[in-house]
Amino acid sequence: MANFYNDNEDLKFHLNHPLMKRIIELRERNYSDYEKYDYAPKNYEDAIDSYEKVMELAGEICADVIAPNAEQNDLQGHSIENDHLKYNPYAAEDYEALRKASCWGMTMERKYGGLNFGNVPYIMVGEMVSRGDGGFANFWGLQDCAETLAEFASDELKDEYLPKACNGATLSMVLTEPDAGSDLQSVQLKARQDENGQWYLNGVKRFITNGDADIQLVLARSEEGTTDGRGLSLFVYDKDKNCEVVRRVENKLGIHGSPTCEMVYKDAPARLVGDRKMGLIKYVMSLMYGARLGVGGQSVGIAEAAYREAYKYAQEREQFKKPIIKFPAVYQLLGNMNAKVKGMRSLLYETARFVDMSKILQEIQKERTLTPEERKELKYYKKMADAYTPLLKLFSSEWCNQITYDSLQIHGGSGFMKDFPIERMVRDARITTIYEGTSQLQVVASIKAVTTGVFAEKMAEYDAVLADATNLADQKAKLLAMTEEYKKAVELATAPKDQDYLDFQARALVEMAGNIIISYLLLTDSLRDAKFLPVANNFLKLAYADNKQRFEYVANGKPEDLEGYRL
Amino acid sequence: MKKGFKIIVLAKQVPDTHNVGKDAMKEDGTMNRAALPAIFNPEDLNALEQALRIKDQFPETTITVLSMGLPKAADVIREAIFRGADNGILLTDRKLGGSDTLATSYAIAQAIKTIGNYDIVMCGRQAIDGDTAQVGPQAAEKLEIPQVTYAEEIVDINEKDITIRRRLEHGVETVNAPFPVLVTVTGSAAPCRSRNAKRVMKFKNAMTAMEIEAANADKALYEARPYLNITTWGADDVNIDPARTGKAGSPTFVKEIQSVVLTAKESKKLTGSDADINEFVKDIIDNHILG
Repeated sequence: MANFYNDNEDLKFHLNHPLMKRIIELRERNYSDYEKYDYAPKNYEDAIDSYEKVMELAGEICADVIAPNAEQNDLQGHSIENDHLKYNPYAAEDYEALRKASCWGMTMERKYGGLNFGNVPYIMVGEMVSRGDGGFANFWGLQDCAETLAEFASDELKDEYLPKACNGATLSMVLTEPDAGSDLQSVQLKARQDENGQWYLNGVKRFITNGDADIQLVLARSEEGTTDGRGLSLFVYDKDKNCEVVRRVENKLGIHGSPTCEMVYKDAPARLVGDRKMGLIKYVMSLMYGARLGVGGQSVGIAEAAYREAYKYAQEREQFKKPIIKFPAVYQLLGNMNAKVKGMRSLLYETARFVDMSKILQEIQKERTLTPEERKELKYYKKMADAYTPLLKLFSSEWCNQITYDSLQIHGGSGFMKDFPIERMVRDARITTIYEGTSQLQVVASIKAVTTGVFAEKMAEYDAVLADATNLADQKAKLLAMTEEYKKAVELATAPKDQDYLDFQARALVEMAGNIIISYLLLTDSLRDAKFLPVANNFLKLAYADNKQRFEYVANGKPEDLEGYRL
Repeated sequence: MKKGFKIIVLAKQVPDTHNVGKDAMKEDGTMNRAALPAIFNPEDLNALEQALRIKDQFPETTITVLSMGLPKAADVIREAIFRGADNGILLTDRKLGGSDTLATSYAIAQAIKTIGNYDIVMCGRQAIDGDTAQVGPQAAEKLEIPQVTYAEEIVDINEKDITIRRRLEHGVETVNAPFPVLVTVTGSAAPCRSRNAKRVMKFKNAMTAMEIEAANADKALYEARPYLNITTWGADDVNIDPARTGKAGSPTFVKEIQSVVLTAKESKKLTGSDADINEFVKDIIDNHILG
């Protein structure tokens, strides 16, 4: 029996990060559920033991059920039957396996039937599901939507829908329209209210992952005559109402494992989530942040799978009378891939911890007044979660694509054939830089942390953590030089005070910051486990050279250059 | 309308014979259990899944796992509980050591009678250590209840009877049986579902009294949460006649062990001639390799 948790020591390493004690303590409100629920933990040791046991069972499902189904799930896709979605039997089996294991509604409170897990273990299961089948991952990951209901919906809605979500009701986030993709402010689907206060939805949505889910969160224009984001509200639509039609299941390049639908709503009764007009500006933004963390997990999972395929193939494939892994050109590629997979994973769980700290403290703030220290903590972690989430989405999705590309390269001609799983992984990876905000939009969301110095502040903190690590003197010196170089680049790009020019250089700046942060993370990891040191060294080599190139690009630019690009 | 059934699932902890090493056998020809990892007998997992499906349909169903074996067979009971069984009983006693299928089925039948008041006994077709497929049917005989062997799927179940599809060598057969009934399930039945996260967290500390003692665990926990105690029964708890159990009750004994090495003896040399090709094609069709 294979197991994606037990065969990857890094997961246990990240699950046992020192900050977890604080996160779980807060999340469990000092373990007050212990007497109320027979599956609630008594203390930190009990909680982390439970986390590990659940990771283990999820790891088994991912390896024994989801991964073996991935090929057929990809080949068969999904279809429409009587205006509704019909899942192929492989995806249905994956779904049932996870549902029966209570891996649905993982982050929900126990009173709704959830596991009350934080983002770290939740994202970890997401990583393993994605390693098994990057396409099916979306299907499962959309349980994120329950998070939005938990955060913003009325108690009445929560009492109705959250127990269903914990019991395996599928969820979808119904946002995109033909003319509203990155620009969600242009959403047109109409919500009207009758004299009794009942809302009805009318209109078309496009590119909706698992659109015909049991519980659908729909962004709609509730304020007639408005044209921007302030006229949009979020609604929950129950599939039982049977007032929606799946007009089309898209024929996509990848992620065939999760259906992408065009949805038509005809006088579909729906209920308002939270307050009117807050749909996009507050709720969808929150939903989106959760989804970006989810894509981070998906990207790491696909990358891990692709790296393993490459490693295995390079050992088995012989050319010139020896396994190709013996050739520098191949092991160099593999070494760099490995460094990136481990680097993006460190960034993933660092981000998940920041999100957890920020979210839990916000929840507690609703229950009682925070202590001054807690208020400081909340402010800090919220800032970090906001800065790291888009950085993670950018790096992990871009690298997921690079790694699947390199893995296929190692497979040579065989990789180009449909005979090996890598071709599917290349296709599944491609969407990660696009949905839940393109890489370009992640740069826009990250640049503030560059210009306001949040990333620089964090770099200094990491450097301080390494203060006593005398064995890392060379690496620290290099990183300090890189940090200076980065600050200089920021200065150069902001000096002209030209927004277009800053936008033009933004990607280089964000990538420089990310390279430094990931180097620091891997070095910090090496303090807890020395096996990360060679990985960190490999990564630092790449990052150092990469940042030099980017610095030169920024240093040799000027606002007037932009004219030459406007075609 | 019946709301639930009372099901007893028989589960055996077996050495993992799929991964046999060179120390698998002892000098006397019996199995060296210490050299092989102990696992849940695969077809017993298929049986558990069938029981859990009945429970899915009739939530008030209770599933009790019964395992006879060494004290460490408590692992099998925990595993079954993690996957959805309600509780478990470990039948363990030195007096039961060395039992063959006759003595084992007697002991198990005694334990089932002690549990009493059941609708269905379910077990795997056979265990991968002995491969006899005798214990289930023998237990049914001793309990004087009907048995359905080689079950692959429960087609229907209602308060009066159960309809089962059997997988036989050359086809399938659908049969109907009244309650109580003993069902042996084959490996072609649906695989068992995984562990459930909530159940793992709830029952992870479940132990037998012996294990609680050995681990020096906090006794207060087991008093406060009685469901964490796995019941252990000895021979006397189920009224076993000493003459019918253990080595004394087992007419089977190992007479001789032969080490059989399989070699390919029947190689045939063929040329590219039409006659040889014809012969070869005919051969592979006859052997069902083709067609």
